[in-house]
Amino acid sequence: MGAANSCTQTCGVFMSFALFAEQVLNGLQSGIMLFVMAAGLTLIFGVMGLINLAHGSLYMVGAFAAAAAAAWTGSFLLALIAALIGAALVGMFVEMLVIRRLYDRDHLDQVLATFALILIFSEGTRFFFGSFPLFLDVPKVIAGPINLPIGIEYPVYRLIIIGVGLCVALGLWLLISKTRLGVQIRAGKNDREMIAALGVNISALYTFVFAIGAGLAGLAGALVGAIQSVQVGMGEPVLILAFVVIVIGGIGSIKGAFIGAILVGLTDTLGGIFLPELFKLFMEGSIATSLGSALASMLIYILMAVILVCRPQGLFGVEG
Amino acid sequence: MINKTIKILTSAAVMTATALTSSAFADVKVGMITTLSGGGAGLGIDVRDGFMLAIKQSGRTDIEVVIEDDQRKPDIAVQLADKMVQSEKVDVLTGIIWSNLAMAVVPSVTAQGKFYLSPNAGPSALAGAGCHKNYFNVAWQNDNLHEAAGAYANSAGHKNSFILAPNYPAGKDALTGYKRFFSGDLAGEIFTKLGQTDYAAEIAQIRASNADSVFFFLPGGMGISFLKQYASSGVDLPVVGPAFSFDQGILQAVGSAALGVVNTSQWNKDIDNPTNNAFVESFKAEYGRLPSLYASQGFDTANLLISAVATSDVKDADSFRKALEAANFDSTRGDFKFGSNHHPVQTIYARKVIKEGDIFTNMIIGTALENHSDAYATECKF
Repeated sequence: MGAANSCTQTCGVFMSFALFAEQVLNGLQSGIMLFVMAAGLTLIFGVMGLINLAHGSLYMVGAFAAAAAAAWTGSFLLALIAALIGAALVGMFVEMLVIRRLYDRDHLDQVLATFALILIFSEGTRFFFGSFPLFLDVPKVIAGPINLPIGIEYPVYRLIIIGVGLCVALGLWLLISKTRLGVQIRAGKNDREMIAALGVNISALYTFVFAIGAGLAGLAGALVGAIQSVQVGMGEPVLILAFVVIVIGGIGSIKGAFIGAILVGLTDTLGGIFLPELFKLFMEGSIATSLGSALASMLIYILMAVILVCRPQGLFGVEG
Repeated sequence: MINKTIKILTSAAVMTATALTSSAFADVKVGMITTLSGGGAGLGIDVRDGFMLAIKQSGRTDIEVVIEDDQRKPDIAVQLADKMVQSEKVDVLTGIIWSNLAMAVVPSVTAQGKFYLSPNAGPSALAGAGCHKNYFNVAWQNDNLHEAAGAYANSAGHKNSFILAPNYPAGKDALTGYKRFFSGDLAGEIFTKLGQTDYAAEIAQIRASNADSVFFFLPGGMGISFLKQYASSGVDLPVVGPAFSFDQGILQAVGSAALGVVNTSQWNKDIDNPTNNAFVESFKAEYGRLPSLYASQGFDTANLLISAVATSDVKDADSFRKALEAANFDSTRGDFKFGSNHHPVQTIYARKVIKEGDIFTNMIIGTALENHSDAYATECKF
């Protein structure tokens, strides 16, 4: 029992700083991946007013495309490119075939149609790839851990994920605020008839935005699939989190999605670690872990509820 | 060559038996409710394929099997069970993979006088006070493989384990089972979210604890994620787990991250007996892949059923139950017998993940628990 006791004292609430810093990095990493996923969702909702439940399927498409490309070429970089392009193409195709007909319908019709897409994508993927999970792994060079200052040992690949996510955030910000296309996207969000009247091909613009969103979801799926499992149905749990993120951040706001995703990532990771430890201070170990983890899994929804009570339009949403 | 001869001999024997008995009793209708779509479909497909292989090899024409997909949803499983009992008029039900679905279906169908043969799920609630005379589990009671993992950890000299499982009934059974047999200390105990895919936070806690070993129960995709992330984290403590995360269906997706990990199972493809050798060969020939433990469970379940159908009439519930209790069939696990609560009393092995050519698979390295029953058998009164 000696070892167990000393652990409850030392790694209890007074967790070492290195461990805390590592957990913050973990929270950041999961938040940034959520952002890459949620950015597309919020763009599509903000610009076209479309609720796209099939966004998680595009995440899955990306991961499967990456796994297939990696198995075929053996290159992880090519796999990532295949994920990005594959998901964007599939997204473009689906937009022209199905989604385009939904812009003028109400949200219930959109939910129904895109839910059908989830089922079609899931069973289609199973038809082509089988029911067993696929193999996709990080290349050996970046698979191991690296020593950071203050005694943190952290997997290189996760640092790369953080880097890629930040690049995506920067790229999107430049696209939206510094380019002509960005001006059109922002204008389309405010008044689609007006910019159509000004001669912008609104239908091509929508297809393009949808493809960007799909491509980003695919990229997130491939990046995350390499350290998790590539299997049918992998997109739905992430989709729910992505919706929480865009509701917290304010629908349609890229900045909101970024802040929201980081908030959700940190809350989820740190809550899962600290709540059980906190509960251990005043109750028995097993019950504390069980109760603490149960409450921790509710934490992001509580966060969402609190933010919605204080700011119903989300952190960076526009009122009305 | 020897395998082939044995196979021919076995099927010849079975066919003679069939010819003698198939017309003696009424036909049997079997309802199989299992998971064939969605995230956990690999398991259901393996159970179905193993089951149907045995039916096909028996050559019996008096067993009809109706197969339905429960999509891993309890409400759908309940609807399917109602349909099978009321309109299909099945005599025997089987197939359910997940404990929560089994809890939703089994008590109601056995109460209606049907037989239920479980090829997988073995929740503790159905093994103890909630047991039923018409409910038979051919796989294991949920705690079994975890208990074996605890026993193995003792024999491997582990003194301080870090243990984790998802926060749901089978996860709690898992940690309870491990702790029941593990005699060392616990460096930490974590419940993760069901369906969680990122374990960086848990792995950081493992690193910070002073554990000398890790036990985890994370079935399906959760286990793939954990093992890949664990392998790249730089933490190199030995890992022990039940077979579910090292099953043939998912090992290829984990890749080299699983190599060398010890896991506990009541079955493996290298258990050397004629039935198992013939099973592995014929499964490969029929479906073009190696069988998993789920496939072996489906195969054994069907053979148990066939053995009972061959000697008794399903309409005579008492004699059919007696025939099932006798478990007079050749199991892929060697000898097979039921305990007093209709759950297996069996040997559970420790096996290790190895690479054979290009395929990742398991090899038995020793016995974890001999003739093991379960902790709930004494509470069961029919």
